[in-house]
Amino acid sequence: MEDAIRVDGLTKRFRAEGPPAVDAISFVVPRGRIVGLLGGNGAGKTTTISMLLGILVPSAGEIRILGHDMLRHRFRALPFLNFSSPYVDLPGRLTVRENLTVFGGLYGVANLRARIDELAGELDLTAILDRKTGSLSSGQKTRAALAKALVNRPELLLLDEPTASLDPDTADRVRGHLESYAKKTHASILLASHNMGEVERLCADVLMMKGGRIVDRGAPDELIRRYGRVNMEEVFLDIARGTGSGDSEAAQ
Amino acid sequence: MTGSLGRIGAMLKRHMFLFRGSWTRVFDLMYWPMLQMLLWGFMTVYLNQHSSWFANAAGVLIGSVLLWDVLVRSQFGFTFSLLEEMWSRNLANLFVSPLRPVEFGISLMVMGVVRSLIGIVPAALLAIPMFRYSVFEMGLPLVAYWLLLLGFGWAAGLLIASLLFRFGLAAESYAWALVFVLQPVSGVWYPVDTLPVWLRPLAWVLPSTHVFEGMRAVVYDGRFRWDLLASAAVLDAVYIGLGFAAFLYAFSRARVRGQLLQSSE
Repeated sequence: MEDAIRVDGLTKRFRAEGPPAVDAISFVVPRGRIVGLLGGNGAGKTTTISMLLGILVPSAGEIRILGHDMLRHRFRALPFLNFSSPYVDLPGRLTVRENLTVFGGLYGVANLRARIDELAGELDLTAILDRKTGSLSSGQKTRAALAKALVNRPELLLLDEPTASLDPDTADRVRGHLESYAKKTHASILLASHNMGEVERLCADVLMMKGGRIVDRGAPDELIRRYGRVNMEEVFLDIARGTGSGDSEAAQ
Repeated sequence: MTGSLGRIGAMLKRHMFLFRGSWTRVFDLMYWPMLQMLLWGFMTVYLNQHSSWFANAAGVLIGSVLLWDVLVRSQFGFTFSLLEEMWSRNLANLFVSPLRPVEFGISLMVMGVVRSLIGIVPAALLAIPMFRYSVFEMGLPLVAYWLLLLGFGWAAGLLIASLLFRFGLAAESYAWALVFVLQPVSGVWYPVDTLPVWLRPLAWVLPSTHVFEGMRAVVYDGRFRWDLLASAAVLDAVYIGLGFAAFLYAFSRARVRGQLLQSSE
């Protein structure tokens, strides 16, 4: 079976002069894995995710999603992936149910009503299904966006800060839901997050980005051990500040 | 419904949900056409009392205002349906789904039709009891003119959508204003002969000019000008083709520049 994501030499330059936003990165996300994409602000995470989703054209490199060449045949892959990001919103004047109906229609979801009820139950949305999305709290909006991201039962989920603005209880439940979704459906998840506790809990592997490059990678336990730290928070700080003692050759 | 039709249907549902949840938006669509019709209706009444020439062609101004609004509402319907997505930061959600740009464009065109019907039909119906003028008496020519102006509205909408993809919400004012540049040279209220000679060639490259000249021929002479219909249809086809090309090119450039994720100013 093809990998969920296979990226080779992926580069994005927004201007001819100056450094690229993403600089010749290569990585693989196997099927059924949850992989963390970490890095400080401006490291290139959102640019990378945008290219994987097909809404940003790379300057160079190759992307294969679920075996499909995203640069040539992205519409073959798009029905099987989905995403959520703090950079996008669902239309605020539509209710949560209406938004899920629209996106379910776009993805051609069968038995859509049942799917919406199922998601509402799993993400604790039942009470707010008929409320306008714009009137929800930020935590409720995040859960509605996650429901939209799951409406087509994606085989690959790209999540940018999925639990930002959630209270600890709800965030924990969302993480639990993502874990069980990945386990149950054998879906793959690429997760960009600044919450290192979340990364340690969910991710089997981590890609550390800095200045548009992948500067290190590995399982969270392995990285913690290699950097001689006690948690991913400290590893993150080491890498972001360039004070770490990890073996960066592992990144290659 | 599955495939392309299902996705276009989902996009139409999105806008219908918006109307259902916001009656002020629906009222807003009807407000200006109604106001314009009343204004020009009373003007017609006044002119009829003071000019035998106008009295012989009663209703031409109301017909003009209603048909002009078909063009305006068609373009607004197209463009504002796109702006709704930009205002709500929803473009990226749409374009990571299997929705294709052409399907998106077609859904915006259909919304141009829907919005123009919501805007124009109530005003046209109100003109009947208010001014004893029914634009529907024009019969089949009305259908032809309506379709041709819708088409030109789509072409203008496609062009403005290209500007929105290129410049983001900074180009929003074009959505409101650009179509009105066409009004003075389209012969909406007066024949093309009224324009200075140097401006007439520009007028004749607009399908709207052919439609309004054709409408006047029907109202004044009771003659349907097939030549004007044909030339308007050819021009419409050219402009829609160019509009779609510009729309798809601007979309592909937006993917290169990364403007689909952040489509604000």
